[in-house]
Amino acid sequence: FAGLADVSISEDIPVEGEITVPVGSHSPDEDYSTLDEPVKDTIMRDLKAVGKKFVHVMYPKKSSALLRDWDLWGPLVLCVSLALMLQGGSADSKDDGGPQFAEVFVIIWFGAVVITLNSKLLGGTISFFQSLCVLGYCVLPLTVAMLVCRLVLLAGSGTVSFIIRLIVVVAMFGWSTLASTAFLADSQPPNRKALVVYPIFLFYFVISWMILTFTPQ
Amino acid sequence: GAVAAGGGRSGTAADWGGFEDNMQGGGSAVIDMENMDDTSGSSFEDMGEMHQRMKEEEEEEEAEGEAGAAEEEDGEFLGMKGLRGQLGRQVADQMWQVGKRQASRAFSLYANIDILRPYFDVEPVQVRTRLLESMIPVKMINFPQKIAGELYGPLMLVFTLVAILLHGMKTSDTIIREGTLMGTAIGTCFGYWLGVSSFIYFLAYLCNAQITMVQMLSLLGYGLFGHCITLFVTYNIHFHSLFYVFWLGVGGLSTLRMVAVLVSRTVGHTQRLILCGTLAALHMLFLLYLHFAYHKVVEGILDTLEGPNMPPFQRVARDIPVVSNAVLNTTAKAVALTL
Repeated sequence: FAGLADVSISEDIPVEGEITVPVGSHSPDEDYSTLDEPVKDTIMRDLKAVGKKFVHVMYPKKSSALLRDWDLWGPLVLCVSLALMLQGGSADSKDDGGPQFAEVFVIIWFGAVVITLNSKLLGGTISFFQSLCVLGYCVLPLTVAMLVCRLVLLAGSGTVSFIIRLIVVVAMFGWSTLASTAFLADSQPPNRKALVVYPIFLFYFVISWMILTFTPQ
Repeated sequence: GAVAAGGGRSGTAADWGGFEDNMQGGGSAVIDMENMDDTSGSSFEDMGEMHQRMKEEEEEEEAEGEAGAAEEEDGEFLGMKGLRGQLGRQVADQMWQVGKRQASRAFSLYANIDILRPYFDVEPVQVRTRLLESMIPVKMINFPQKIAGELYGPLMLVFTLVAILLHGMKTSDTIIREGTLMGTAIGTCFGYWLGVSSFIYFLAYLCNAQITMVQMLSLLGYGLFGHCITLFVTYNIHFHSLFYVFWLGVGGLSTLRMVAVLVSRTVGHTQRLILCGTLAALHMLFLLYLHFAYHKVVEGILDTLEGPNMPPFQRVARDIPVVSNAVLNTTAKAVALTL
């Protein structure tokens, strides 16, 4: 240690620095602070990310973009819009729309959390928020179905409209389940895919049921 | 002097850092209890000791810093003033670190879902087999029957029951004033599963039956399979007599199986009687409750369709307005009433 006695580092300056070697694949914006850019840029960037994920859900193919950069903006927007559209469908006119909104909200988030925990316990390799992100984004087809149902109900509420609504909701339910399975089942061991798919099926089934039995007052 | 102080500090940091690596053994399914009984940072003496050590380091540092100063005031006095500011920051920082570490340790201990991982280790084939077996009563009650301590199947069955209940409530237009449909459904199903399991486990403890809590949860959970089937069928086909057939048949089978398994694990006639009587009663009554609590409103609607003044045996001959379902139900009701 004799050589080290010459080293003089002032005690006030903490010794710090980066020990990792920066890899070339870092995108250039990570070097800039995003605090100085105009608000419009920030919002547009986030909106574009959300929009790209919507596209991924509508055309599910194996890409890791949905998983890698997870965000919960999309699920929140979808959940709130679905809950708002499902309001006012209670049989008793004395009920206000309050419980309906909270109900939908809680079902979606609680259900997503339970499915995530289940898939983690079954040995999945996906992280908690990634799974929440995928499940939330895959509610998109059902939100579209809700929109269509509301429009159809404006036209009338007979048997024909019921059949149309049934077909639309079943189709969108299938799409949601397939889309989320495409993303989530990959992270499971191959012989246990059915165990993970069943809760997802149940989850979207409950949401589809709520959409189908919605009758406006 | 300077090197020693620096070395001392880095030594302390290394101590804490090394300790941290030892703690986070990461991703193991078993909690290593040996590491749990450290009390550094939580005991008062350790905090005091740490405080004292840091204070000494600071004093040394400040004393050296002031050695070359031009002031002629009392070196000790200046040391105290500078000491308080920097010491305060250091102590606050250290407290934050310790607090954070403790919180993350408590979190990783209690929120560690790895505790539950062994109970979810099933194959789809096994789940299917167990579902089917839950309807078949065992014959050998003198030999303790094996119960798989698995929680995936029961949990999925409870959620399925919640979904079926929701469907039943929606179709019968149940109106819940205080709370939500979903809350009621979840509360009922989970409350039954967890509550009755605990109660029977307590009784089993009193009656010296050999069964663990997880096994009880698993047994009762799989027993809900019969309930799911019954309710799924009878919420869609509103025959009272059909419900009674299902109640006795399907409900009875699943109850018999649970009872047989429990009997095989209990010794003594009185104990067997108490345990199995309670379980059978609760299980069958729950099915009855689920059916009737959400069908009252359907009954009300049917009565208004048929009109209150018509005597029962004349209804079948008359013309009945449109809906075919009403015709079927009327017939069934007439048959049931004349029996």
